[in-house]
Amino acid sequence: MAVLEIKNVTKQFGGLIALNDVSFSVEEGEIRGLIGPNGAGKSTMFKNIAGFYTPTDGSVIYRGQNIAGKSPHAIAEMGIVRTFQETTLFQELTVFENALVGSHITAKTDLFSAILGLDKAKQTAANEKVMEVLDFMGLSDRKDQLASELPLGSQRALAISIALVSEPRLMLMDEPFAGMNPEETNHMMDLTCKVRESGITIILVEHDMKAVMGLCHYLTVLNFGQLLAEGTPEEIRNNERVIEAYLGGAN
Amino acid sequence: MNSRLKKIIGSLVLLATLVAIPHFLKFHHQDLLIFLTINVLVVASYRIVTLTGEWSLIHAVMMGVGGYTATLLFKNFDLGMWFTLPLAGGVSALIAALLCFPLFRMTQFYFLIGSFAAGEAIRLVWIQYVNPFGGTGGLSGVEPPIIGGIDFLDAIPYYYLALTVVGFCLFILYRIENSRIGLTLHAVHWKAPLAESVGVDTWRYRALAFVIGSFFVGIAGALKVHYLGTITPNQFGIGFMVFILIWVIVGGYNRFYGPIIGVVVLTVFDESIRSFAEIRPAIYGAVLIISILFLPKGLESIPAKFKAWFGIGSNSDAPPLADK
Repeated sequence: MAVLEIKNVTKQFGGLIALNDVSFSVEEGEIRGLIGPNGAGKSTMFKNIAGFYTPTDGSVIYRGQNIAGKSPHAIAEMGIVRTFQETTLFQELTVFENALVGSHITAKTDLFSAILGLDKAKQTAANEKVMEVLDFMGLSDRKDQLASELPLGSQRALAISIALVSEPRLMLMDEPFAGMNPEETNHMMDLTCKVRESGITIILVEHDMKAVMGLCHYLTVLNFGQLLAEGTPEEIRNNERVIEAYLGGAN
Repeated sequence: MNSRLKKIIGSLVLLATLVAIPHFLKFHHQDLLIFLTINVLVVASYRIVTLTGEWSLIHAVMMGVGGYTATLLFKNFDLGMWFTLPLAGGVSALIAALLCFPLFRMTQFYFLIGSFAAGEAIRLVWIQYVNPFGGTGGLSGVEPPIIGGIDFLDAIPYYYLALTVVGFCLFILYRIENSRIGLTLHAVHWKAPLAESVGVDTWRYRALAFVIGSFFVGIAGALKVHYLGTITPNQFGIGFMVFILIWVIVGGYNRFYGPIIGVVVLTVFDESIRSFAEIRPAIYGAVLIISILFLPKGLESIPAKFKAWFGIGSNSDAPPLADK
């Protein structure tokens, strides 16, 4: 069953058409790669799904419900969580506190419980969940370090941890491999597989072809805001239109 | 000695000092001590607003809202202080909640100016509507309570009363900041989109901080008017707001107690240069500039700096939410 269906999504910024009538759907439990040259509209598509943009036209159907135009926090509550392109973290907080922010939905509290300490059980459960995720992502040794002190690979792992603590059903990962060395890339690929095995559907925007080809079950290729091709990594690798888009067409 | 014991002893010493202090002061200084105690609540409640990264210019006016509420309730309905205090906070919070709708469509600089404009509008209402607000001359005749034969018009009993109320409010503010709500407010400040992506309704939390801050500063306003007996629109003008900003910035806003240190140190300092008369504002200004230049993280960062110079302690002493 399709978890997410993108139906005829168009996004216009003034005269610029960033996405033009794009449709595709994502199945439960897969790792979907969303690729394309720079400016193809991948990040715009992500922002439309996660609620940071409202599509000019078309709908985003998540488990049978149109979520286009909902606010990011409402979409997060429904189980869709995105990670960010750059290392967007709470640099001033510790690793543990960073991940704890992720438990907002499950451990949300009201003013009076917070003042009187009535929400202790909830907060203890949240702390345990955070430790579980940090263990899972191999960050538990660093839990008291400031996020800004972490090496790049661990910062990305922390970004994913924050998302995981919020117990998403669908995770949108925006270039998690950018700027990584081969070793870090391998580690991150393992982590991504582990995340999927824990039952989370993943959509991945990525330029690192090794990672994309190695991880994804199915690829969706965008070019100039339009759907260019869809298929397995093998099919896409041999698709002439895709090769042309990436390498530039010979006139 | 374990840290828990140290904390208990520290609190007891602090409490004893606070209780003993007015007995060593002249009458004029006892007055000042009461206003200082109230101003501690003003800056501490302002801090919770700034936690989300929004600096408002309406805090002083919100204090006035509390003050006027207490005055009107006292004069028209003969309500005692135990009713006027929470109701003053409640009305401030309510007005803040209504203002959230226009104000939190803006952020940063625009929010700053928007909050200033909203505050001036409220002040103009006090000036224009002589009935019931008394116009420019304000209102007078508010009295402190008499409880169990103790007349709180005297400075020392009123100081203890204010100290109790402020202490209780600080305790609640501290609890809020150190709860999950405090963490979420920090998160909204530092990376709003990331907070949004894990389900934080940033609008709601900005509004929540603003309403909580206004509630407590409303109580501070009521405390002030019950002692002073009179209230005028000019007490809550931009001049007082600038003082609030100065106290918070000079004290440092990375920790709960920073603004409190700021208001205490600057008030004592300002009083100690009273004999310089005409050049007093100049000295005050110079000290402000120097402290901001050399202590950008505020007075609260002095202990950490000392430790760094003498090589005591380690990174773990760094403020948890210090700037990069």
